[in-house]
Amino acid sequence: MYKYIIKRLLLMIPTLLGAAVLVFFLLRLVPGDVCEVRLAGTGLYADPEEVLLCQKNLGLDQPLMVQFWDFIWGYVVFDLGDSMWTGFPVTHEIGLRFELSLQVAIMATFVAIAIAIPLGIISAVKQDTWIDYLVRAFSIAGIAMPSFWLGILIILGLLISTQAVFGDPWMPPIDYVPIWEDPLRNLSQLIWPAVATGYRYSAVATRMTRSALLEVLREDYVRTARAKGLVEKVIINRHALKNSLLPVVTIIAIEFAFLMGGLVVTEQVFNLNGLGRLFVESVGNQDFAMTQQLVMLVVIIFVLTNIIVDIFYAWLDPRIRYS
Amino acid sequence: MTKAVKTQLDSDFEELSAKKSWYAIFFELVRKQPLAAAGGFIVVVMILMAAFADLISVYDPEANALEYMLVPPDEMFFLGTDQFGRDVLTRIIYGARTALTVGFTAAIVGSTAGLVIGVASAYFGGVIDLVVQRIVDVVMAFPLIVLALAVVATLGPGTQNVIIAIMIPFIPQCARVVRSNALAIREIPYVDAARALGFSNTRIILRHMIPNVMAPYLIMLTSFLGQAILLEASLSYLGMGVQEPTPAWGLMLQGGAEECAESAPWVAIWPGLAITLAVFGFNLFGDGVRDTLDPKLRSR
Amino acid sequence: MKFSLTKLAVSGAVGLCLAVAGTSISKAGSPKSGGVLNFVVGSKIPSYDGHKETTFGMIHPIRPFYSLLIRVNPSNPSSPTDFVCDLCEGDVPKPTENGTKYTFKIRSGVKFHDGTPMTSADIKATYDKIIFPPEGIPSSRKAFFKAVKSVTAPDANTVVFKLKFPTGSFIPALATPFNFVYSKKDLDTHGLKWHQKNINGTGAFSFVQHQKGAFVEGKKFADYHHKGQPYLDGFKAISAPKLAVRVAAIRGDRAAIEFRGFPPKHRDDLVKALGKKITVQESDWNCVLLATPNQEHKPFDDARIRQALTLSVDRWGGSKYLSRIAIVKTVGGVVFPKHPLAANMDELVKLKGYSKDLNASRAEAKKLLADAGVDKMPGGLNVDFNNRAVDQPYKVVGTWLIDQWKKVGINATQRVQPSPQFYATLRKKGDFDVSVDFNCQSVINPIADITKFLGSAGNNYGNYEDAELEAIYEKILRSGSESEQRSLIRKYETRALSEQAHIGVTLWWYKINPHRSYVKGWSIAPSHYLNQSLDNVWLDK
Repeated sequence: MYKYIIKRLLLMIPTLLGAAVLVFFLLRLVPGDVCEVRLAGTGLYADPEEVLLCQKNLGLDQPLMVQFWDFIWGYVVFDLGDSMWTGFPVTHEIGLRFELSLQVAIMATFVAIAIAIPLGIISAVKQDTWIDYLVRAFSIAGIAMPSFWLGILIILGLLISTQAVFGDPWMPPIDYVPIWEDPLRNLSQLIWPAVATGYRYSAVATRMTRSALLEVLREDYVRTARAKGLVEKVIINRHALKNSLLPVVTIIAIEFAFLMGGLVVTEQVFNLNGLGRLFVESVGNQDFAMTQQLVMLVVIIFVLTNIIVDIFYAWLDPRIRYS
Repeated sequence: MTKAVKTQLDSDFEELSAKKSWYAIFFELVRKQPLAAAGGFIVVVMILMAAFADLISVYDPEANALEYMLVPPDEMFFLGTDQFGRDVLTRIIYGARTALTVGFTAAIVGSTAGLVIGVASAYFGGVIDLVVQRIVDVVMAFPLIVLALAVVATLGPGTQNVIIAIMIPFIPQCARVVRSNALAIREIPYVDAARALGFSNTRIILRHMIPNVMAPYLIMLTSFLGQAILLEASLSYLGMGVQEPTPAWGLMLQGGAEECAESAPWVAIWPGLAITLAVFGFNLFGDGVRDTLDPKLRSR
Repeated sequence: MKFSLTKLAVSGAVGLCLAVAGTSISKAGSPKSGGVLNFVVGSKIPSYDGHKETTFGMIHPIRPFYSLLIRVNPSNPSSPTDFVCDLCEGDVPKPTENGTKYTFKIRSGVKFHDGTPMTSADIKATYDKIIFPPEGIPSSRKAFFKAVKSVTAPDANTVVFKLKFPTGSFIPALATPFNFVYSKKDLDTHGLKWHQKNINGTGAFSFVQHQKGAFVEGKKFADYHHKGQPYLDGFKAISAPKLAVRVAAIRGDRAAIEFRGFPPKHRDDLVKALGKKITVQESDWNCVLLATPNQEHKPFDDARIRQALTLSVDRWGGSKYLSRIAIVKTVGGVVFPKHPLAANMDELVKLKGYSKDLNASRAEAKKLLADAGVDKMPGGLNVDFNNRAVDQPYKVVGTWLIDQWKKVGINATQRVQPSPQFYATLRKKGDFDVSVDFNCQSVINPIADITKFLGSAGNNYGNYEDAELEAIYEKILRSGSESEQRSLIRKYETRALSEQAHIGVTLWWYKINPHRSYVKGWSIAPSHYLNQSLDNVWLDK
């Protein structure tokens, strides 16, 4: 087992290195310059001397290989550098936003589970009936709706309906307060994006629950249970569900990893100051220092989640770890 | 002797593939999968809309008519007009062209590239497999928006570059699934036999491996169709996709539509519904294909 | 105030805002103290150093912490020539010694937020940093002060600016809202880069916190030098990059105001939803979108082609219709339309593309195109059209321009790019046929602003040389009287926009600020950079 874990962790290194090379050179392939963005704010005029000075101060005049080496060396000495836009350390900029993104991801996952598991079970048990069709149509609609569109409708709907009911329009807060400081305000802001994304991600999980459960229901031991005359409910609860949960957990874990960095559009619509928005902003500023660290963060989260899932599998199924 | 074995192999393969003839798949689908049939219907309507756009609509999808700016739906403009006085229905109908072009091209090219890479990786194994799988890891973990931005910014915007941007993340996804299926097939004795008989790698891959991973390939392909349309809409919405005045659904929802969401809701609602319905249709269809092709899920 | 009222009356014809025009401008009651002003900002804060930055994303949240030497009159910000003392005393001084010496009397008793008293030494240190930065220290507007020879502080209450030559653009340059006054002590002890990450000013508010990417909070500074002010207990500048969110925030009362400007549809929705709870202020805006042909690309080196591009554009119709969907409205030439130096109607309609007879203009455009041999080109004239990925008003105007050009048979393909790539295309790559371009300044200073049209200017992207135009500009610079300046500017305008059609001026922007009616004291300025010290703003709750 340890050997397997170590092997998986070692395989992480080429992946991360590959991602680092990819992000570093991709970003520099894109035309545009953080200094021009900074200086051309008014009237499209940027003093060429100032642009050069700004590039020099940011180290952008160095040869690419030197810049790349600095980037990689930063991981060795635990110095992720400063944002080229604000000048503050990248870690400082990411801190609070990470907290927010994490909370939304957790809440959305809860919403997704709360929707997916019951619906998936119903759908599997009532396979090929109109209930099954209805549930599947509902969950697929979640994937089909563009999240930016849903977000706009939610906010506008809230404004119009609250004004109709209470006289004054209400909308969720637009600035973030940590949950331990003001739980009510925090939740009243984050519940909406969590529901919007949770519904969306529940679609995948519902489908997985349904198919996993269908598969297990056809296994021998379930048939045996049926033959023993056990009530259907007991069979599902005690025997089938437990064994079909593994793929569902997998898919939820992977979706969770995506949620951490992938809420780009949703964060914009709900004005969440999370990693996705920081990402869009730093890309929009050509802030390489920030963008590359954010991409690496997302990649690391993704790779680690996959490893954890694989190790979990290996632990359950010895065949994997010896193959 | 050689000939005899070859025929044997070929008939083996025919038997395998005969289990799922296109004809049978189609009927099984309609009979057992009413949802998929509904999805298929939506898809067909979309294709017809795109193909006969010029016949269906009398208006020009691109020309401005500012004096008809933001007209509410009436008997002249069934779904109203947008900020530039263009008929919303016409733009939705023509938008189907953009969506389908991007959706089908990205899904087919992406999954086919994935198929080739996946099978090759599984077949050759060893160092090649290890390297390919690490590359797949990197691309899969990489945020799409960076890839999309890099592609669009370096190649320039335009429909074909949007397709490339959308296609790239599909390749590793498909490659991974195809590889795991192909690995199982590789172990089947007739592949070894074929190799022993000195058949070329290309021939073995094309004749024996690829036909046997068609099921996962088709499942991935159909599931990509909906995703591609949604991604195209999202990229257009983020300003990195198709550009004005080309009619495209995501573009129709951008900027102006948000401003008009309340005072002229038709500008925001209909393109959103078009996206939703199209992706819904493709996903229902894709689910059906998956249920039909995936033996584990075939009921009883 | 008067300016806004007249503008409102004009704009009334356009939309729903007519209904509120009467109620929109507050009767100046006596200001009430207290309350916190929440406002939304659509752009990001780079560093806190005004001398270094150029974005309103920094001005809106950070400007209230600082004072300027002189500023645009906060009770009459719509005037392009009304400047008043902020840290100086009395009136803005008139120059002596043939216009080369300005002597400022500095206000006494002013304190920095850390308690240090402010003296003329701080003003001198600040302007030395802006005008004569040591090597390695950024200063984005030092070119504004090319005429300055020296800054001296003969005593604690006097600062003297000596110029190399007299120039009318010195006072407007001083009033630029980026010229935050820093403390000499901070500059000496912490270095010239300290202000990029730290704040210590003499402004109406002192810094409380900045949650990165989210908001900036300030609280009332009790020792503020304008007695009785500020009225607010504090402010919170909340970052909201998405326009729809900013509008919703005002509607849901999460914010009271946004200082940049909203498109007309949003104004109408807000007024319709909230009625008298919303006040609308509107003004012409010192920003204009241009269409710049790249004269290094054939056939745009041919003046006839460039004239056809501008002749095909229906500016008057565009003004009528686009002003309903975009933040553009006023038809104008090279100078801010409400300035005395701007072209009047008679002068304007003589320029190519400004005629009220659209059919004649378009017929002329077609003829010019034919003369230039466009019909012999395979597929006609195809234009690679570079635009910026910002909805308001870039993409709206871009889509409109493409359609206008199509009317005379010019086919344009739009290439919309995010700001960094857009700049790179304009400034480095130059691989475009025609590009959207803009001129957007803070303090209105026509003689400085029109340099944009000179081929030699650093912010001109047409890639052309026009000696005759440069010669006219030299004369404008040296002309003494306003009437002479005015007639020279007409010559300059005709040369740049008509005879050579170097750059096509589209429509000037139009600033619309719908805000909660309880926000009082703030008046709209013709620029989103101006009048943001917030010291005279109060809440009528």
